[in-house]
Amino acid sequence: MTIQFNDESFRDDYTFHNSDWAIKRFPFPFHEDSYMYSVNMEQHKGGPEGSVYEMRFDVDEHYVSEMKDRALVLDQDPLRCQSLPHMTLAGWDLLELIMVSKSEDYPDLFELHRNGNQWRWINKPMGIDHSFTFMDETTLPYGPMEYITRQAQGDFVVLDQRDEMLWMDAGMVTTQADWSLDFDIGMNFFEWHAPVPKAHEMGIFKRALKFLLNIQQGAPARRLNWTMTVNPLLDTSPENYHQWGIQKTTLTPENIGHKQHLRVELQTFFRLPRSNALVFPIRCYLCSFQDLMTAPKWGRRLHRVIRDLPDELATYKGFIDNRPMMLDYLSQFDDGLPTSAGVWPDLETEPPLAK
Amino acid sequence: MSKFEFPKSIASRPVWGTLEPRQGEHHLMIADAEGAEAVLDIATPDLMAKTHLIYIPKGTDYVERLQALNPAQFYEGPSYEAALQRIRRVLEDAHMGLQVYLTGTEGMMGQAMNEVMTVGLPHTAIQTEHRGSAARRMQCVHCKGITEDVEVDPFVCSHCGLNLFVRDHYSRRLAAYQGVRVDAEDHGNLPEPKGIYE
Repeated sequence: MTIQFNDESFRDDYTFHNSDWAIKRFPFPFHEDSYMYSVNMEQHKGGPEGSVYEMRFDVDEHYVSEMKDRALVLDQDPLRCQSLPHMTLAGWDLLELIMVSKSEDYPDLFELHRNGNQWRWINKPMGIDHSFTFMDETTLPYGPMEYITRQAQGDFVVLDQRDEMLWMDAGMVTTQADWSLDFDIGMNFFEWHAPVPKAHEMGIFKRALKFLLNIQQGAPARRLNWTMTVNPLLDTSPENYHQWGIQKTTLTPENIGHKQHLRVELQTFFRLPRSNALVFPIRCYLCSFQDLMTAPKWGRRLHRVIRDLPDELATYKGFIDNRPMMLDYLSQFDDGLPTSAGVWPDLETEPPLAK
Repeated sequence: MSKFEFPKSIASRPVWGTLEPRQGEHHLMIADAEGAEAVLDIATPDLMAKTHLIYIPKGTDYVERLQALNPAQFYEGPSYEAALQRIRRVLEDAHMGLQVYLTGTEGMMGQAMNEVMTVGLPHTAIQTEHRGSAARRMQCVHCKGITEDVEVDPFVCSHCGLNLFVRDHYSRRLAAYQGVRVDAEDHGNLPEPKGIYE
């Protein structure tokens, strides 16, 4: 299908919205009626047709507007995109991976023509037609990582691998769930995860690191993570937290349905061929509570997950104060009926709300 | 006693060691304030005869006792910033095998460690020991300004004036902890400041 790109904003007047298509394919992260940390890694080799898992780099109706939002963030704060000097080769690896993947997966939107190192890249949604020399930085307006990630949804963190460890040595981070690339750059896997409660003691990070160190070329992996965001604000950065934090207090029982968003990250992991670095795209999807409630199964389940989540996690994810109001709202959509296993909405088979 | 027992913390916070004299032809010691006591503890005439000692007193009175150790070279600096050019010059000439001793406040040790790593000395050549104030060097995550020697939480950013709480999260690259606006979700609601480890 041809994607109709929304003209929308992720700040100020918040005109962001999901079409019915986008709601149905939303990556709902809960496969059962409760949630606890797990490594929950699986192979990233496609998924059901039309789902966000189908392509290597999902492109959806928010693409063009998200890229405009990224450009705004970078104008205000260039430190959101940084690359330590030894990471340039990994940047070229990433540029190649994204250009090849997008041109193969979305031939109607993207074209890549290669003649030796003379490349021509056409990005139709963004109106770009650019010829350049692969591996020659002087032929691009930005470094290779910045150039391509200004044209790809989601944050990108490029991890160097040495001494049996991953190091966060480059990244493009403008849609993050409250962590700072500028602060964390140069840290190792355990250091940048240090503020996460509970998971260290559970051994989550040790196991995850072991898995990630062994990811091979051509065999990417993926997992989901989630949090909550009031208003469809992509840039929930710590840098700007002194400005957006107050928005959390604007929820009321009347506006919670359209203001409160479930924020889901589709995290994927690809080994890069020349640098042996690992790229870690973190793609953010937002869906308002009221849109989620259009799937009866998701309504029942979200209520149960949020109700039973340990306080420590609700605090870390930043919604402990708003949880009672969320539960008042969500409980209207939970009639106590059982839910089917798995993340899919199962609209045809799940019973309608019985209350 | 100038030793402070740090409570258990998250994985990004540095863990400081205890200095011990090592073999080697060249030794560089950088100390501030009560770090002088750690130097006095390990000093022997033989070690100090091969040591360049850089010391920043920060209002303490250890200088005479340190000079009495007869280090090969002794420099007293009024501040870390003032001493920095000299530290860089010394490290420029550093050879493999140089033994580095850093002792005193976290802020000084973290910054000096970066300088040592930048010239390519292995981390195994660096020893550290915390002494004296447990104050922190803080980076404001909002304006990026550094506030030195922060003893209370929350504190006021010396650059942008926001009231920041002290996160345990530590960046070795910045040699600083992270400060985040404490009243972001309720402007003007400021908790009473208390000591960082209270």
